[in-house]
Amino acid sequence: MSALATPPPQPGSAAPPPRRTRARDSATTWPLRDRIGLAFCWAAGITLTVVALTILLYMCFKGITQLRPSMLVTHPSGAVDQSRSGGFLDPIQGTLLLTAIGIAIAVPIGVSVALWLVEYGRPAALARAVESAVDVIAGAPSVVLALFGLSFFSETFFSFMSFRSEDTAFGRSFMVAGTVMSLIALPLIVGATREALLQVPNHVREASLALGKTKASTIRAVLLPAVRPGIATGTALGMGRIIGDTAIVVLLLGNTLTTQPRDGGIFGLSLLQGTGSTLTSYIYGNSPVGEGNAPQKAYAAAFVLLLIVVALNALATRIARGRRKDTAWIR
Amino acid sequence: MPPPPIRKISLDAPPTVVHVPPIPLNGNGNGNGHGAPAGGLHTPGPPSSDAPVIERMRCNAVTIAYGPKVAVNKVDLPISQGEVLAMIGPSGCGKTTLLRSLNRLTELTPSASRGGVISLDGQDIDLLEVTALRKRVSMVFQQPNPFPMSVFDNVAYSLREGGSKRPRKKELMEPVERALTRAGLWHEVRDNLDHPALRLSGGQQQRLCIARSLAAQPEVLLMDEPCSALDPISTGKIEELILELREQIAVVIVTHNLQQAQRVADRVAFMYLGELVEYASGEQIFNAPQAQRTRDYVGGAFG
Amino acid sequence: MNDAPPRARGRTPRRPPERAELWLGALAATLLVLILGMLFFVFKEAWPSFSHNGLAWFGSGGSTQQQLAAIYESPSNPDDYVYHLRAWPLIYGTLLSTGLAVLFGLPFALLCALFMVEFAPPGVQRLMTPVVRFLAAVPSVVYGLIGILVIAPWIDRNLVSAEFKLDVNALVPISGGGLLLASFILMVMIVPIMIAIISDALRAVPRAWIEGSAALGVNRWRTMWKVAVRTARPAIAAAVVLATARALGEAIMLAMVSGSFIWSPNPLDGLNFFLEPIMPLAATIVGQQEGFSAIPLGQTLYAIAAVLLVSSALLSFAGWAVRQPLRRYATR
Repeated sequence: MSALATPPPQPGSAAPPPRRTRARDSATTWPLRDRIGLAFCWAAGITLTVVALTILLYMCFKGITQLRPSMLVTHPSGAVDQSRSGGFLDPIQGTLLLTAIGIAIAVPIGVSVALWLVEYGRPAALARAVESAVDVIAGAPSVVLALFGLSFFSETFFSFMSFRSEDTAFGRSFMVAGTVMSLIALPLIVGATREALLQVPNHVREASLALGKTKASTIRAVLLPAVRPGIATGTALGMGRIIGDTAIVVLLLGNTLTTQPRDGGIFGLSLLQGTGSTLTSYIYGNSPVGEGNAPQKAYAAAFVLLLIVVALNALATRIARGRRKDTAWIR
Repeated sequence: MPPPPIRKISLDAPPTVVHVPPIPLNGNGNGNGHGAPAGGLHTPGPPSSDAPVIERMRCNAVTIAYGPKVAVNKVDLPISQGEVLAMIGPSGCGKTTLLRSLNRLTELTPSASRGGVISLDGQDIDLLEVTALRKRVSMVFQQPNPFPMSVFDNVAYSLREGGSKRPRKKELMEPVERALTRAGLWHEVRDNLDHPALRLSGGQQQRLCIARSLAAQPEVLLMDEPCSALDPISTGKIEELILELREQIAVVIVTHNLQQAQRVADRVAFMYLGELVEYASGEQIFNAPQAQRTRDYVGGAFG
Repeated sequence: MNDAPPRARGRTPRRPPERAELWLGALAATLLVLILGMLFFVFKEAWPSFSHNGLAWFGSGGSTQQQLAAIYESPSNPDDYVYHLRAWPLIYGTLLSTGLAVLFGLPFALLCALFMVEFAPPGVQRLMTPVVRFLAAVPSVVYGLIGILVIAPWIDRNLVSAEFKLDVNALVPISGGGLLLASFILMVMIVPIMIAIISDALRAVPRAWIEGSAALGVNRWRTMWKVAVRTARPAIAAAVVLATARALGEAIMLAMVSGSFIWSPNPLDGLNFFLEPIMPLAATIVGQQEGFSAIPLGQTLYAIAAVLLVSSALLSFAGWAVRQPLRRYATR
């Protein structure tokens, strides 16, 4: 019989022994200074929760009382009387269109840059410069980017993208705003994709190369599917940022209540060259700072906006959390 | 040259305790066990001390469980000042869990629950205030874990953070020096008290941790495999330290290293799968163990 | 036979770049060129405003509101463009609002992070994470809306005394919006960022140190404060840098709640100091954007944008510099 043979018989009591001590040391014995500190901690936590709940409940309350489903599908019209100023269908359209343009530009570029940074990254000086440039964009205020877009798209070669009236380009249009929006989503997508790529262990890449595939096809066939959740997280975060941004819209979209395509030209292109508004600029315009001064509509639109953004963030978190199951095969 | 023959290890062989004639050792007490089977493991035991043996702590029917899994099952054990208690046993046998429960460190794990009574100088430790308890029963961990502060700040840490009044540096100099001297580190760091503690070598860091524990003048010192991450010279220094400390402090050391247990321990407790199999003096455990399982473990049949 | 391996001469030969690498690299390089071009463009456009004013651009003198109006109404002859500007009130407003928001936001965020990581009961801990995430997700225009429609009237009714309003009415219109409201909402906006970074760092403190401190008989509060917060100091510095950058760049919310009037609040006014309006730099750009078609005004706005860009860059550098001496006692 091996010396390791049978373990000793299990203890008679099947249930674990009762917990005899309190799990954490109680604060009643602490010196006064520490107890005051703990009280401040609790106060801070409770205050934060109260503030968040207040904002949430107030917006819900105002939104539910002010929002009528018809608003979501009616075009806005400029009328002083609130009951005749319509809904905010066009701002919603504007939000969707801008987000689509912004993401459509940011995702391919962002994923490509992230791939190049992680998989290749030669020469090293260029890689560091690109990383710093992306950091500069991440840190730049969106007003600055919007301001840059104003000149860039009205005076230079790219002025074809903007709204024109009698041959003067204003530097404002959906395309212009969408392009600058892609800039603010770009660092988020690059960051999320980079992190996801760095988490793929090296032996997966080496296995693919050992089978004779080139690096390019390794990227296409193995790495891209593996980092899909990471790209999705970055995209959701980028979309959240685009949808919530107001400065770029106020500066670059022309602030017309309804979507105004440019006169003449091909339908799709003239829409992109047109002006309009989004939920954010609509809220801004209807607040006391803008011209509309229609707080009820502003609340309704703000409620819709808040719902969209919070849902997006929750989605992004769920993707980030669920990722571990999807790529479990990598381990 | 043909490859060496494959030898089968027989799993059914009866556990044997082979009596090996004593090998004369020369010089230092550091044993050089080459895995020689027991019953003749003649690493000399610790030098006897004249200090009186006073019982400081006692475990009564202590049972510890993590959730449904029982880690320690009804253990009775005394811990006395004036002698060193070594807890030996294979991995997972519950010795570290039992050690951690002596200063209620198991409470840091949410799923842990404990039954039985542990008493310190006759008082149930569950009724004591836990920070006061931990000042009287100190612990040194397996990996040296000095804080990211200077050497002085490390040793003075428990003195500073004990009560509401923060002692000034001048008042702390003396206890710090005393603790570092007891730990055998004073001469090496006396000029570098403000240097970052993480720049010390591994052995010095562990001695710093011991000094840190000694600063509050504890009554019991718990050591969880303190030398397992250290080189032999540092190990030797710490073992000397333990032998010096045992006269004023009750020392409990958990170790995987049987030779180390032989060198320092007056009393040995052998645990296996949560049970206390045998508790006796060092000589008895290593030279004439009563229980079969003890004989097997000490003899190297499993580990 | 010589069995020794051949001596490696210099570096091992690299494989030539494949096509994908060239394409991706070209794309990345193009992005870099575009961004550099953008920076260059901003500074080039900003130059006339700085060159006409010199360092006095950052100084004070006269009513900035009138100066901006004068710039807008410049004659169309490029030689006669008006650039005169003393932008100190704008800078002062930015410093005040950002400074107050960070000054009060940091301790608040630190306490919240400690609460979330250690002192909250497990159920409350689970609740705090979505709370912080929610606050971070709210768009700035919604914060501005609540500020101007709810809190500003409250401040106007309860905190602004009628005599004060009348006294200064000739100089500056006092309504609910102003320094207090701007700083407060800015603080609520930057606190979630700081909480996220600090709580991550607190959780990453090695368990060995926490256990070691507990084993020495130090209570939980002291342990967290003396060991965990101390270890997390680089992260706290990073959180402050990130929060300040966010506060600097906030334009829309501040445009809505700052009082819409260019003014330097006077600290000697006592408590009324907080009720006076301000005009931070980023909000100025939004406020003046309609007049962008006037070239000198556009260039002045670029000058403001250049100041913002340089501030962000300096902040990043400051964040890096602050962390260096903290490395002395840490393992990393």
